Parts: sequence; structure tokens; C-alpha cells
Amino acid sequence: MNFGIHPLLLVTFSPLVGVLVILFLKSQQKKAIRWTALATALVTFAISLWVLAQFQPGTADMQLELRVPWLRLDGLAIDFYMGVDGLSILMVLLTALLTPIAILSTWSAVEDRVKGFMIFFLLLEVGMTGVFLALDLVLFYVFWEFTLIPMYFLIGIWGGERRIYAAVKFFLFTMAGSLLMLLAILVIGFQTGTFAWSDLLAKRELFAAAQTWFFLAFGLAFAIKVPMFPLHTWLPDAHVEAPTAGSVILAGVLLKMGAYGFLRFNLPLFPEATVKFAPYLAILAIIGIIYGAAVSYAQKDMKKLVAYSSVSHLGFVVLGTFALTTQSVSGSVLQMVNHGLSTGALFLIVGMLYERRHTREMSAFGGVWKVVPVMGALMLVVTLSSMGLPGLNGFVGEFTILLGSFGSRVLGSPWFAGVATLGVILAAVYLLVMFEKVFLGPVKVEANLALKDLSVREIFTLVPLLILIFWIGLYPQPFFNLINPSVENLVSMVSSTLLAVH
Amino acid sequence: MSLNEIASLHPFFQLAPLVVFLPVLGLLINLLVGRRLGEKGIGAVASLATGGAFVVAVLLAVGLAQVSEGGTLTLANWITLGDLGVSWSFRIDTLSVLMMLVVSGVGTLIHIYSIGYMHSDVRHNEDPGRFRRFFVYLNLFIAFMMVLVSSDNFLMLFVGWEGVGLCSYLLIGFWFEKGADGIGNARAAKKAFVVNRIGDFGLLIALFLLFYNFGTLNFAEIFEKAPAVAAAAPGAIMAITLFMLLGVTGKSAQLPLFVWLPDAMAGPTPVSALIHAATMVTAGVYLVARSQALYFEVPAAQNVVMWVGALTALFAATIAVGQNDIKKVLAYSTISQLGFMVTAVGMGATVAGMFHLTTHAFFKALLFLGAGSVILGVEHGHAHAHTKEMEHGHDSFDPQDMRQMGGLRKRMPLTFIVYLIGALALAGIAPLAGFFSKDEILAAANEKSVGVYVVLTAAAFLTAFYMGRQLLMVFFGKPRSGASEKAAESPLLVTLPLVILALLSFFGGALNLPGSHLLETWLEHSLAEAAPGEFVLTVALISLGIALLGLLLAWLVYGRKPLFEKGQPDPLSRPLNGLFKALENKWWVDELYHAVIVRPYQSISQFSAGAVDQGVIDGLVNGMGSLVRSGAKAWRRFQNGYIRSYALTIVFGVVLVITYLVLR
Repeated sequence: MNFGIHPLLLVTFSPLVGVLVILFLKSQQKKAIRWTALATALVTFAISLWVLAQFQPGTADMQLELRVPWLRLDGLAIDFYMGVDGLSILMVLLTALLTPIAILSTWSAVEDRVKGFMIFFLLLEVGMTGVFLALDLVLFYVFWEFTLIPMYFLIGIWGGERRIYAAVKFFLFTMAGSLLMLLAILVIGFQTGTFAWSDLLAKRELFAAAQTWFFLAFGLAFAIKVPMFPLHTWLPDAHVEAPTAGSVILAGVLLKMGAYGFLRFNLPLFPEATVKFAPYLAILAIIGIIYGAAVSYAQKDMKKLVAYSSVSHLGFVVLGTFALTTQSVSGSVLQMVNHGLSTGALFLIVGMLYERRHTREMSAFGGVWKVVPVMGALMLVVTLSSMGLPGLNGFVGEFTILLGSFGSRVLGSPWFAGVATLGVILAAVYLLVMFEKVFLGPVKVEANLALKDLSVREIFTLVPLLILIFWIGLYPQPFFNLINPSVENLVSMVSSTLLAVH
Repeated sequence: MSLNEIASLHPFFQLAPLVVFLPVLGLLINLLVGRRLGEKGIGAVASLATGGAFVVAVLLAVGLAQVSEGGTLTLANWITLGDLGVSWSFRIDTLSVLMMLVVSGVGTLIHIYSIGYMHSDVRHNEDPGRFRRFFVYLNLFIAFMMVLVSSDNFLMLFVGWEGVGLCSYLLIGFWFEKGADGIGNARAAKKAFVVNRIGDFGLLIALFLLFYNFGTLNFAEIFEKAPAVAAAAPGAIMAITLFMLLGVTGKSAQLPLFVWLPDAMAGPTPVSALIHAATMVTAGVYLVARSQALYFEVPAAQNVVMWVGALTALFAATIAVGQNDIKKVLAYSTISQLGFMVTAVGMGATVAGMFHLTTHAFFKALLFLGAGSVILGVEHGHAHAHTKEMEHGHDSFDPQDMRQMGGLRKRMPLTFIVYLIGALALAGIAPLAGFFSKDEILAAANEKSVGVYVVLTAAAFLTAFYMGRQLLMVFFGKPRSGASEKAAESPLLVTLPLVILALLSFFGGALNLPGSHLLETWLEHSLAEAAPGEFVLTVALISLGIALLGLLLAWLVYGRKPLFEKGQPDPLSRPLNGLFKALENKWWVDELYHAVIVRPYQSISQFSAGAVDQGVIDGLVNGMGSLVRSGAKAWRRFQNGYIRSYALTIVFGVVLVITYLVLR
């Protein structure tokens, strides 16, 4: 079935087939272009499920490894090296799931230059999947930077009024962060003679002395991407200006690349520095949780509100990551998925409202649940999922993160998790305020009386997310089974240095 | 235990999961095909689902009567992560089954009542389509409540705990386009959820502390280890119990988090009866009762719980005296009665607390449903008297305002009789249910602390007084509006559950009569220490005397010279003057919270979003951008494309270099 092609290659590059087909279509053939893109993304999703089928849960090892010599840099081998483990498998699946959903959401939202849009979108998928699978530092860097280009154009061409400002800001922020990372990658490579993740793991002592600097160089790139307070200001602008599909992918996947980077590289490669910096990063994460929630509450634009909520939610992920306990790190990985699902769905619904009314100001709405009952009910579920109601996905992630962080030996104090738990209250405040302002109360604006409820296509974009929201909320164990072995391995690796430190 | 193992204990025990799944089934049926079933069908499905859960609870009780230690049925492994292992298990013991019986028993009656009540309500509010939604929410509530009471660990309890909070949110905001300014109900719902989240924050912290001090969240293991952990780390148990108390004050509406419950009356009346009087709000009492083993280890925490309950009992009772909304009086009364229960479980008089929880579920559900019947009757009367009053311009009629009622005794005789029984039971008149349960609490308080005893007795006095006031204002005197003049008795579907609840309120005391102690022997299998409640004759006589005194005083103020018109000031407002104003305004607690919590948070949030985020942080970023740009602009002058200026620059450079070389 794999036509002799390695499954990871297939899952990464299959969107290119769609790109190729679309290149040969005329720009006027919008329908054909859309269907080609959707079909490609769906096939990619199917391939990702096939990768999952080959994935062995219960082991921490890197699986389905693919390693071939690729380039030589001044005598140094750069390999085309990919693999998948518990940290990345769900990220790959999330990417492959959100891409077709995002594409389906553009059916009526994107009418202009559909061809270019779909090409960039599929290219973006290649980049994102590559980031999660790459195990060679240079290869990782190539994919990492590659994602910038399509996203830059998606915001800059199909965005809102201030799209150029937002696109440039997005590009410069990320670029500034990753340049230092590139420098660090090169230095590490020349010190050790390899760029391969697994070799570097074995030769950790060779660059252990300078790991503080390496940690910071990698960390800056990742912290900007997450984004952590106070490096977050590119995010609201990018989100507000990006088209809906762009926001879905931005929040759903691109931000996760930052958190994933911490887990994949910072923690195992620079464990002493990780332990040293963990409390500071945890403090920034907690500031992000509280601050993001407070700023969300003040927003009048729905999209901006959801954007700032991401700062708050990702704060939980970073906190869990640097609390370095089995529960907190597994919770963080799951919460990345959860955030992709719930925030993706939130952006989709906000986009649907925008398509109907061409505004995202909450004051332009009010009472629309009565007019659009299906949309109202689905929005309610998504809102509750985002605020971490038990029985839905968000709770499982938040609870395990907070529980794990509460007893973290690296952080050394329950205060971190205790203060972060306040975020649970604040999340209820800003999310319920949004739900109230938009969906509850009487219909005050005449135009809202004529709102159409969800179309079949729109329901189809939301249903897969809702299924997962319920599934993870009601029975999370299968997901933890995928994540947990790799996390336990990672945590024990880092904690062994903790023992050495003390 | 697996299904087979539990079945070998007693075959009925394996039915336990049905208490959750039957209501879930009911809501799924109504969600999927309810539209085709019609109102009767929807109501029947929902009521049968809850009734089925009641039957299962009865069977479990039968099983427990034979195998009194019960058992635990594990359904699924929910989360296993490192040393954290939580399963979804059903704990079948006398305490949980008692709660199941109360929830599904009272719940079924309220479901049946709701078929009649919501039939009118959805028409009165002009959206008959929402009938189905109501019953879906109700069944969801029963399911979550069952998860809460049947859990064998703190995490699943928390799942149910927040789940019922969600249902409360949905049902308070059921008419989300109604209320003050059209948004009042939605605001009340949000307030309930957020205030409860503050409590849930406390409960979450308690969960974390439990996990790290006990290594598990399982009830049985924690309670077993409690003495050992308490000996090793007394501070930890103290912290656990107090954070747990924060959760209790949220869900059971105690000081300082009680403020959401009065507003929750925005929900349809059956919701007030089921969720905000009989079941959900008692979850906090259940939690403390369940965690007795922890509370027994820290007497200081017990004292805190006890005093929180006692002060709430008195504080809320004072406010109830100054309310004119028939449901608001009952709401503050509920807060006050929950205070009694919390005091009881705080003192360690767990059986007395659970006893009062049960009888209160009967008579308070009865009172709320009775109030609902009154509201229906008055609305009916209003519709008939409508044409006349509408001529006076705007329609300011409020069917819940007791000042506009009066004389309903004659118009609604059946409602009057059952309401009278409920009111007397609440006031603590012998031999009704409330007398016995309240008396047990007072007797325990008398033994434990004189201060608490005095506070509770004062609250009991006020209880009798405000119930007397309500009875006299609603049912006696002359009708004070066209609506109450034309009010009509409610249909059978509404009154039948009232009659059943009235019987339960009348005879409910038999559950734990002095001498028989049925409930006591029932619960002793679940509770760490079930000290037998004593019957102290003097305490009983004093409380009965106090109750009669309260009723008498109410009659002196409101009965002797009944109110004659709706605009008349309350007879108490003159003698009590400023004090009555304070009661009417609920001691301005809402205003206080608004000033010290809500407004500051709003300012902080505005400040963070504006000055900090857009100003400082984004300002720095953009500042860096413009710095680069202006720097680049300045440098661009040199790149002007003229060869002569480049030549000049080169000459300038050469001169510099030579100067440097020469001067070196």
C-alpha cells in the first residue's frame, strides 16, 4: 500500500501532489481547485491514520525512523532524518485533521485568488508536518522556516485591513527568534560533528558546558512561537488579520510548534539548563495565563478575544512542560491537541458569524442563539470545552497539567500551580462574557434576525472537532497511552539530571 | 470490583451504572427524536428516565438492606498517568444511595410537575419549541448529579460537581432573552457559574493536596489513611478541609459565596425546586458528610465549617424577612437551611445533617413547586384581568410579587393546604418533618457550642417569622390585584406532585424519629463516626416555642391587619426603619462585591489590554521597528546614486585612514 515509499515521507509530502494538480488548473476553475485541495488534505489525513496504525503505543522509542544522507556541509553530514514518537504522533494527526477542516471552511469565505490560496495552504501543511517529524536539526530548521512563507502570504494577501502590518510583524518576530536558533544549531553541529537528534542525545556532554546559551537560543525561537508573555503581541494582530482558515491553522498547529520544540529539543538536549530555567519560564507561563485571561476579558472583537485566550491557554502548556512531571508533561501534550480542537472550532464559528455579518464586534450581535439554535448549541459546547468543563477535552488537559505542576520537584513549590489554577476562574469569565454578548439576551440588531443557521458544509467542518472534544473529555486514556511512554522517558531523563544537580 | 464480583455480593448492585445511564438515555431520545414525540411524549420520556433511576436506587437500597457494607463497581479506567490512577467507579453504600433516592425521587416528582408547568411557561414566554430543551437539561442534570453522588473518588465527584453547575447555568439562563433589560437571566446564569468556579478553584486545590498527601484520590484509601496522614502532616489536612470548604460555600451557597443563589431564581420554578433547593445545592453538605474522616482529624476546621454554616443560617434568614418576591424569600430560606445542614456536618452531627437534607428536599421542593403553582394561578388571573389593566398604559405586572397577591387561600385551596404544610414543616412545627430534623441539629449544637446554638435558634425564630409573613401575604387578607382576584387553581399534573411532597413533608420525620433512628442505623455503615443523635426534650420544647412565637409575631404584624393595597409600605419598615432597608437590599453584599472584586478586575483588565499590552509591550516592538526604519532612512542619504557623493565619501575615508596612520 505504501508504494515503496516510507510512510513518513508519504504523510509529509503527499500535499505536494495536490499542489502539482492545482498548478495545472486554471485560476477560474475555483470549484476544481477547492475539491482538489480538499481531496488532497483528506488523503493526507488518511495517510496519517495509516501512520497511526503502524505506530506502536507502549514504547518510548522513536518509530518508523527514516534516515538517509542528504547534504554535506563542510564535511558535516546533514541527514534527511525523520521519526515519530509519543510527542509528535498526535501533532501530526492534528495537523492532518485541521488542514482539511480549514480548507472546507474557505468554501465561501475565500473567493479571491483561490488557486494561490490552496497552493500556499497545502505547502503550509508540508512544512508543519515536517517540523513535527524532522529529527535532524538542519532539516527541522528548514521546515520551521518554510512554514513562515506560506503563512506570510496567507495573511498578507487574504487577510483583513491591516494585513500587511500583521504579516510583516508575524514574519519579523518569528524570523528574529529563529536566527539565533540557526546559529546555535550550527555551533552544536560543528562541536559534535552531527546534526542528528539521536546522536546529539548520546553526545550531550560535548556541548553541555555551553548549554545555557543553547537553551536560550532555541528557547527564544520557541517562546516567540508559543507565544509566551511578553513576546505575544504578534499573535493578536496575526489572528485578527488572518483569514479564518489561517487562524485555525495558526492557533491549531503553528503555535504548537513552539511548545513541541521545547519538548523535542530543549528538554532532552539541555536538561541542566532546563532545570535551571524551569521556574522562570513557569513564572512567565503563569503571567501569560492570568494576563492573557485579563486582556481577553477587555476585548470587544471576538477574534481578538480568542487570540488572547490562546496566550492564556498556551501558558498552561508551557507550565506543564517545565513542571517536568509525568502528569504535567503528558497533560501539556494533550492540551496542545485540545487547544487545537477547541480554539480551532472557536475561530471557525467566529468566522461563520463574520461571513454572515462582516463584523466581529461583539456589540453587533446579542441574542442570536434564538435565531441560529444549532450554531448556538455548538458554540456552547466549544466554549465549555475551552474553559475546561469536565466531560469535555479541555478539563483533562488542564487538570493533569495543574495536578502534575502542583507537586513538581523542579518548580519546588505548589504556588505555581495554585496561582495558575486561578486561570480556571478567569477563563470562565471571559468565555461566558463572549457567549453572553453574542448569543444570549434579546436580539437588538435588526440584521441579526435574518441570520442563517449553519449549512450542512459548516456542520461538517465542526463535527469532527466536536467528536474529538467529547471523546477526549469522556475517555482520554487511549490518547494518554500514545503520549505517555515517550513522556515518561523524557521526564526520567531530565529528572536524572535533577538528581545530579542536587 | 468488576461486574461479576459485585453481582456476587448482591445481584442488584450491578444495576448501579443505570442511575447515570437511564437519564442519559432519556436525554438522547429527546434530543434525537423529541421533536416528533410532542410535549406529552417528551415529558414522559424524561420522567420515565428519572423514574427509572429512582427504581434502580430503590433496588440498590433493597440490596443494601441485605448487604449493608455495599461495594464498588468499576466501570472504566478513566485516567492513568504515572502514579495517578482514576477510574470511573460507582460506590454503592448507604450514604450514596440515600442521595440517589433523594435526587431521583424528588427529581421524578419535579419532572412530572414540569410537564404541566412548562406547558404553560413556554406559552407564556412565547417559545413552545423550548419545551424539549428544558427536559433535555433536566435529564442531563440528573445524570451529572448521579455521577457526583455515586463516585468513589474525588475526581469523578468533581466531574459531577462541575457538570451540575453547567446544568444550573443552562437552566438559570433558560429564558436567556428575558429578565432585567432582556439580559438579566443570562447575567444571573453567568454569575452563578463564575461564583461557583471560585468555589471549584478551592475544591481543585483540595484535590491536588489530597493527591500529594495520600497518593490517591480514592475515597476508601484516603479515609483509611486519614489518621496516619493527619498525625504526620496536620497542616495538610487542615488545608485540604478548608479549601474543600471554599468549594462547599460555592455550591451550597454559604457565606461568602452565597450571592449567586438568589439570582438563580431567574430559572423556571421547577428548576429552583430541583436544583436550587432540593438537590444540587446540597452537594456541599454531601461532600463534607462524605469526607467526615478528614474533618474529624482537624477540630479547628470543623469549627470553621460549623460557624460558616451557623452565620449563614442567621444572615440569610434576616434577608428573607425583607423580600417581597415569593421565590426570593424561599431562596434566602434555602441558603439559611443549607446553613443548618453545614453546621450539622461541621459539628460532626452527620446524620442530623443528612436527615435535614432529606426532609428539606421534601418541604422546600414542595414550597417552590407550590410557589410555582401560585405563579401559574396568578399569571392565569392576570391573563383574564389583562384587558382592564392594560388600559393604564405599560404592563408592570410581576406574578412573583407577594404585594400583589393576597387572599389566594380561596382561589387556590389545594395549593394553599400543601403550601401551609410545607411552610409549617420549614418553620419547625411538630410533628412535621422539619421539626425533627432541625431539632436534631439544635440538640447537637446545644451540646457542642452554646454560641452556635443561640445563633441557630435565632435563625429558627426568623424562619418561622418570614414563613408566617409569606403565608399571610400570599394566601390571607384580600386580593391586592386583579390578577390574584382572578387566580385559578393549577391542573392535576401540577398539584399531584405537590400532594405527594406534602405527604412526605408531613411524615418525613419518621425517617429518624427519636427512639427508632432508622436513618442513623442506615447511615452508620457509610460514616466514619455516627454518634447517635439525642433527643433533648428541653431543646425540642424551646425550638417549638420559638417557632410558634415567630408565627405569632408574623400574625401580629401581617395577619391582624392584613395589607390592603399593593403599593402599601411593609408594616415592618417603620419600626425597623433603616434596618429594614438593609434587609430589603440584602445588606448590600452584591454592591460590595461589585465594588471590591468586579470593578477592580474590570479596571485591571482594561489597563492590561490598553496601557500595558498596546502601550508598553506593543509600543516597544513598534518602537524598535520605527527605530530601525528611521535609522535606515538616515543612512539612505548616503545611498543617493550620485557618483560624486560616493567619490566624496571615498576621499573622506581615505583622509581618515591616512590621518590615522600618520598620527599613530
